[in-house]
Amino acid sequence: MATSNKTRLVDEMKMQSGQDPNECYQCAKCSAACPVTAAMDLLPHQVIRYLQLGFEEDLAKSNTPWICASCFTCAARCPRDLDLARMMEGIRLVMLRRREGNKFGPADLTPEQLEKLPQQALVSGFRKYNK
Amino acid sequence: MRYHYFPGCTLKGQAKNMESTTMAAAAALGIELVELEEWQCCGAVYPLYEDELITLLSPVRTLAAAKGEPLVSLCAACHHVLKRAQELMQRNEEARKKVTDYLEVDYAGEGRVLHFLEVLRDDLGFDKLAEMVKKPLEGRKVAAYYGCLLLRPSKVMQFDDPENPTIMEDLLKAIGADVVKSPYRTECCGAYLSVTEEAVAEDTVTRIIDSARNAGAEALITACPLCRYNLENCASEDGKEPIKVYYFSELLAEAMGLQFDQLMTSALERRRSSDGNK
Repeated sequence: MATSNKTRLVDEMKMQSGQDPNECYQCAKCSAACPVTAAMDLLPHQVIRYLQLGFEEDLAKSNTPWICASCFTCAARCPRDLDLARMMEGIRLVMLRRREGNKFGPADLTPEQLEKLPQQALVSGFRKYNK
Repeated sequence: MRYHYFPGCTLKGQAKNMESTTMAAAAALGIELVELEEWQCCGAVYPLYEDELITLLSPVRTLAAAKGEPLVSLCAACHHVLKRAQELMQRNEEARKKVTDYLEVDYAGEGRVLHFLEVLRDDLGFDKLAEMVKKPLEGRKVAAYYGCLLLRPSKVMQFDDPENPTIMEDLLKAIGADVVKSPYRTECCGAYLSVTEEAVAEDTVTRIIDSARNAGAEALITACPLCRYNLENCASEDGKEPIKVYYFSELLAEAMGLQFDQLMTSALERRRSSDGNK
């Protein structure tokens, strides 16, 4: 597990989301509340732990921020009033804003998907996975 | 009662029947929804980083176009984005200045931003609605499915109790249906994961539908086109008793005694009159 400096991601996150991962005391209520943990390689509270420790590159490899659907249940249940959905967005944006960072775009859609999916799904998908 | 109305992209596409049934029901209830001119897509998701100002241009343009007068939307995602963009404009002066300067509009977070369900509850009143119902949905066992976007974050949305909401059940009671409460009614359907991670959406919606079925529901209502798509298309339903998914407005229109052909006619008439205006 690579230890990298914790400055960039965490500092930017504090500024842009108003969330300080160090305020988390690891009760894991977010992980209990999250409806999509089955598909995640790191549980939501582990993501915060990695942020506390500055494991930025490990977070970059994790699928968890991309499985998060921004349903805000974690934030609703957090006893420390932290908004983990905003932190997940922060990790996604750090990746998306890199060169060639886009995860998903119009070219990745099949013709059947284009025919069937509601407009709302396409717009949200592009907004979340593409810059 | 007159309101500005913001449709959003999906209400003119896959969710046309949510718009046509709402318009017909609203007219029967004496609620006038006047579509904003030259509106554009809200962006579908609210930007969670405060430097993502470009994605706020579209919702703030919509908010400013309502000129401080009540603004109503039907899609849960549109309402979520508009309401949170309004809250940011009230709270973050730097963001407000940058966005409104760029758009060349004067907007400081004023005006009521409402979902149509809130209009029914707070402005019309469910008691009054119940009196106006022509064809109560007697004996129909229906469960409400809220999803995420109307409820959370509750401090901003102020829509209902985020853990134990009642607004949709109260609507169902008012239109005479048998209300079924299901434990997964506020769980996420998987949202846009149905685009990229269909297996995850299958898992979430199968749990939601199974929980409604086990509670005795024969149908579900939703206020979100994406929830409806996922509920109808992503669940694993092999050999199970089917559950019908409706927009809340479809059952409302039915209870108001509006038939499907009437709804089609009123939609066509509107289109003709708007074509005539061009």
